[in-house]
Amino acid sequence: MPEISLPTTMLTNVKAAPAARAVPLITIENLALYYGATKALKNISLTLSERVVTAFIGPSGCGKSTLLRCLNRMNDLIDNVRIEGSVKIGGHDIYGPDVDVIELRKRVGMVFQKSNPFPKSIFENVAYGLRLHGMRDKSSLEASVEESLRGAALWDEVKDRLHASALGLSGGQQQRLCIARAIAIKPEIILMDEPASALDPIATARVEELILELKENFTIVIVTHNMQQAARISDQTAFFYLGELVEYDATTKIFTNPARKQTEDYVTGRFG
Amino acid sequence: MHPSPTKDFRAKEFRYSSFFFTGITGLATYLIVALLGVVLVNIIIHGWPGLSWRFVSTIPKKDVFDPATTGILPMIVGTTIRVVVMTVFVLPVGVITAVYLTEYAHNTSVMTRIIRTAVNNLAGVPSVVFGLFGLGFFINFVGHNLDLVFNNGEQAWGHPSLIWASLTLAVMTMPVVIVATEEALKAVPPGLREASLALGATKLKTIFKIVLPQALPGILTGGILAVSRAAGEVAPILFTGVAYYMSDLPTHLTDQFMDLGYHVFVLSTQSPNIDQTQPILYATVLVLLILTFALNIAAIFVRSKMRRNMRSLH
Ligand SMILES: Nc1ncnc2c1ncn2[C@@H]1O[C@H](COP(=O)(O)OP(=O)(O)O)[C@@H](O)[C@H]1O
Ligand SMILES: [Mg+2]
Repeated sequence: MPEISLPTTMLTNVKAAPAARAVPLITIENLALYYGATKALKNISLTLSERVVTAFIGPSGCGKSTLLRCLNRMNDLIDNVRIEGSVKIGGHDIYGPDVDVIELRKRVGMVFQKSNPFPKSIFENVAYGLRLHGMRDKSSLEASVEESLRGAALWDEVKDRLHASALGLSGGQQQRLCIARAIAIKPEIILMDEPASALDPIATARVEELILELKENFTIVIVTHNMQQAARISDQTAFFYLGELVEYDATTKIFTNPARKQTEDYVTGRFG
Repeated sequence: MHPSPTKDFRAKEFRYSSFFFTGITGLATYLIVALLGVVLVNIIIHGWPGLSWRFVSTIPKKDVFDPATTGILPMIVGTTIRVVVMTVFVLPVGVITAVYLTEYAHNTSVMTRIIRTAVNNLAGVPSVVFGLFGLGFFINFVGHNLDLVFNNGEQAWGHPSLIWASLTLAVMTMPVVIVATEEALKAVPPGLREASLALGATKLKTIFKIVLPQALPGILTGGILAVSRAAGEVAPILFTGVAYYMSDLPTHLTDQFMDLGYHVFVLSTQSPNIDQTQPILYATVLVLLILTFALNIAAIFVRSKMRRNMRSLH
C-alpha cells in the first residue's frame, strides 16, 4: 500500500506528544470504516505509544469498539465491512497484502467486554493459545500457565483448582482469566473493550490494578465508559463522537483542561 | 363476535372456550399416550412368551416360521450393523455440511439457498423413494461402475448389500443430522469464537477446538434421531440390501443381510400358519423395539456424560 500523506485535519492537537519517553507504536492514518453504506469511523488519525495506556472514551455507538477491532483486524470477520486509510504497527501496515492475520493477532491480544472463557478447565483456557502457537512440552506449558496467571493476579486464587472448569469462577476472576489467556502468548499490545463494565466495584478495582501492572510490559488500549476509570488508569485519552476523533491528549489534560468544548461537556457529564 | 354486555355472560363464554381448548389438547395428549401404551402393552404381553435366549441367539436353519427352532440372531446383527454403518456415514457428512452452511456459506448466496432447499425437501421424501434411489444410484450406478473399473465387470459391488442399504439410510437421515447440527452450531456463543480467533487461531482450528466440542451434545441429538428413524425403516432397504433368508451371518459389507423390520413383514405375510407364527412375530417386534431403545439410551448416555464433562471438570 502506498504511503498516505498526512491530511490537514481540523484537529490541531492530534499529534500532541504524549510523555517524553514515548515511542510511537501504532499509527492510524486517515482511517475510515464502513458497515455497508454506513460510515462508522470518519478519518481517524492517531498515534499510540509503546507501553502507554490509551483510553478511548465517548458516548455509546461513537465507534470506540469498531476502532479497537481495527487494530487486530477482528472486523475482518464481519461481512460488508470496508476500510480506508492505514493502520501501522511498528511501521508495518497491518492491512497490507502480505500480512498474516494470525501473526498479527498473536502480537495484538484482546480482552472482551463480556468475559468469554472457554468451557474448559482454567489450565486449558490459558494453555489454549500457547498450544495454538506450538508449545507442546508439558513442563513449559505448566510454567507459562503459572506465569500468566500470576501476571493476571489470579494465581493464588486458582492454583489449587487449575483443572476445575473456568465457568465456576466469579465474573471478576473470569475476566482476569481472559487477561491471563491474552498475555500468555506474549503480545506486544493488549486491546481491552470495556473489560470491567460487567464487574462489581471490587472486581473492577482489581482489574484496574492489574492494568497498571501490565503497563510495564504491554501497550494497552482500553475502551471505557467510566470517566473515573479512564482518569485513573490511562496516560493518554482519545475522545470520540459520532465516528470522529474529537480530541486526543494526555489524560490529565483531557480531564482538567480539554481544548474543545465537546470534550469538556462529555467528561464533566453534561452529555453522553 | 360482539363483546358480551354482561359480566356474567362474559365469564361463561370465557370458561366455555377455555374448557374447550384445554379439553381438546388434553384429550389429544392422553389419546396419544394411551395409544402408545396400548401398542406397547400389546407387544409386550404377546411378545414376552416367545422371547428366549435361544430365540435371540439362534441362526434359523430352513424354516423361519417354526417357533420351536427358529431364531433371530441374523436379523439382530443385520439391523445393528446397518444402523451403525449408516451412523458412521451420516454423522461426518451431515456435520460437515452443517458446518459449511453455518460457518462458511453466505446466507444469501444462491448455492446456500439451493443446499437448504434440497435439505428441506429431502426430509419430506417418502422412504420408499429413497429405496428406489439407492437401487438406481448406489447399486446400478456406483456399484456397477466399481465392478467395471476394479473387477472387469464381475459382480462384486453392483448388487444389494449392507453397504448400499446403509448408505441409502444415511441419505434418508441426512436432513435430521444437518438441521440438528446447524441448531447446535448456532447455539455456540459468538464470544467463544471471537476469543479463539483473537488468540490467533485459524477459523478451522476454532471450529475444531472450540465450536464443535461445544456443539457435540446437539450433534448427538441429531444422531439419536437419525438412529431412531432408521432402525425401524424397511422401505429404503427393500431393494438395496435386505434378504428374505440367509443361512449365515453377513461377513462383509458387500453381503446381503436379514433385518428385524423386514422379518416382521415376512412373518406376518408369508407364514403358512399365522396362529403358529404369531408368538415369534410379536417377539421379533419386541426385540426391534428393545434394540431401538438400547441404541437410543446408549447415545443419550454418551450425550449426558458429555454435557456433564462440559459443565464441571474437564
Ligand atoms: N457489525 C455491525 N454491523 C453494522 N453496524 C455496526 C456493527 N457494529 C457496530 N455498528 C455500528 O457502528 C457504530 C459504532 O459502533 P461501536 O464501535 O460498537 O460503538 P461503541 O463501541 O463506541 O459503543 C454504531 O452506530 C453501531 O450501530
Ligand atoms: Mg463498544
